[in-house]
Amino acid sequence: MISVFFQYDFLMYAMFTGIMVGFLAPFLGVFLVVRRMSLIADALSHVTLTGIAFSLLLGRHFSLFQGLNPLYLGAGFSVGASLLIERLRNVYTYYKELAIPIILSAGIGLGVVFISLADGFTNDLFSYLFGSVVTITQSDFRLIAAITLFVSGFIILFYKELFFLSFDEEQAIISGMPKRFIQWMFIIIVALVIAASMRVVGILLVSSLMTIPVASAMRLAKGFKQTFIYAVIFGEISVIVGLVASFHLNLAPGGTIVMIAVLILLITLFFTRGRHT
Amino acid sequence: MGHRHQLTDSVIQVNHLSFKYTSQYVLEDITLHVRKGAFLGLVGPNGSGKSTLVKCLLGIQTPQQGDISLFGEPLKKFSGWDRIGYVSQKANSFNSGFPATVFEVVSMGLYGKIGLFRFLTKKHKQKVYEAIEKVEMSAYTNENIGNLSGGQQQRVFIARALVSDPDLLILDEPTVGVDVHSVQQFYTMLKQLNQEHGITLVLITHDIGAMTDYVTDVACLNKHLHFHGDTDTFTESENEMMSTLYGHDVHMLTHNHDHSACEVPTS
Repeated sequence: MISVFFQYDFLMYAMFTGIMVGFLAPFLGVFLVVRRMSLIADALSHVTLTGIAFSLLLGRHFSLFQGLNPLYLGAGFSVGASLLIERLRNVYTYYKELAIPIILSAGIGLGVVFISLADGFTNDLFSYLFGSVVTITQSDFRLIAAITLFVSGFIILFYKELFFLSFDEEQAIISGMPKRFIQWMFIIIVALVIAASMRVVGILLVSSLMTIPVASAMRLAKGFKQTFIYAVIFGEISVIVGLVASFHLNLAPGGTIVMIAVLILLITLFFTRGRHT
Repeated sequence: MGHRHQLTDSVIQVNHLSFKYTSQYVLEDITLHVRKGAFLGLVGPNGSGKSTLVKCLLGIQTPQQGDISLFGEPLKKFSGWDRIGYVSQKANSFNSGFPATVFEVVSMGLYGKIGLFRFLTKKHKQKVYEAIEKVEMSAYTNENIGNLSGGQQQRVFIARALVSDPDLLILDEPTVGVDVHSVQQFYTMLKQLNQEHGITLVLITHDIGAMTDYVTDVACLNKHLHFHGDTDTFTESENEMMSTLYGHDVHMLTHNHDHSACEVPTS
């Protein structure tokens, strides 16, 4: 059943990219959830679409951009927006969550304008919205592999600092943890992971892989490290089972992956009912 | 050198300290001395400047006047921050749904010491287990912190402060939100840390009643330092002290261990 994925290049890219994202998104998602920032993933994914629409628009008018992978501009927009969110969170100290709807709607607004300038939706754009794992190119694959290496390296090297700052910011600062640096790097990394994951599940569903496996993991895990282990296992099961099932049943891969993740969540909720998290 | 040795007996020395956030002084002309091995109860009503004084001690705030020495060294030159453990007032207002075990929380106390790009070694882990043992929480080492009671969580935060082997431990209102029975156990544990492990303690609280059975020294603060001396002298003049400190008559009941009976209004 799964062997077909290793017979064709495009399916192999799909599977390997899926496995990387199935690891990366929940891995980072644990920090997003405990820092109560899970909605930021949604805002940034929409801004990524804006960047992609901009790139496709430029491609229409300038041949220079035709060969460029739209994911690069998408990731660029996402990183830019993440920095703006961080600024806004400091402006509205008492209404930190306000930064999210502001950036989200500004992003969609701008994106819609770009799309209309490019004379409406193209097939390309549609595939970014809902994910299109079978059209993953070698260049996508390389970009996502680089992001996976960079992000995992960062999280492992700064695990102590990220953990302490997420748990108890005041005490962490007293102990000399570099708050500002970690904060900025973290938000940039979130933007990169979103750009990487959207090829697989699409913009509309990108935050699901960062939050649903974590939500399941938190019901079961004892401690922080266990939360990572469970979240990554659930993420990988969702991606692999989702990809294989969608291929054989001819379903949309992105949606199928998310439905598997939701199914896992329902099962864990059932077995841990009555417990408060 | 002989002079220096004499100084090392002093853990905290504050001379004529005054501090204001805006135009009004919240602390005025404070002179305070904590010797090695003392267990000081720093009391005063809410808004009396207790926490501000601690912030000055930790170098988070800089006083306009006066000077501070820690372990015989002027604050500006002081670098031995790992000798000081601090449990803040806000320690127990953390996100209690956070998925972290007691072990993981206590090991955070070593993170500053370990430094960037390094991980916990076996030796560090041993230290974490020892600190958990000291606060008698070994049975809960792998339990999620959110599943513990307020008093137990407070012990875990003490363990986190103890894990780096501090010579001085500063606790800011550690018993807020902890039930009366646990408060007694908690103070008993602090007394043990002080007597058996020789850790100098500064306990900040507005709850005078419970504390006087355990501490060796008392300092009463309300913008000015109203009293500073050993516990026996304090209890002799306690009633008089309380009315100056809190601005009206407060009748202190005798210290039978029913501490709920000697609560002090906190306005």
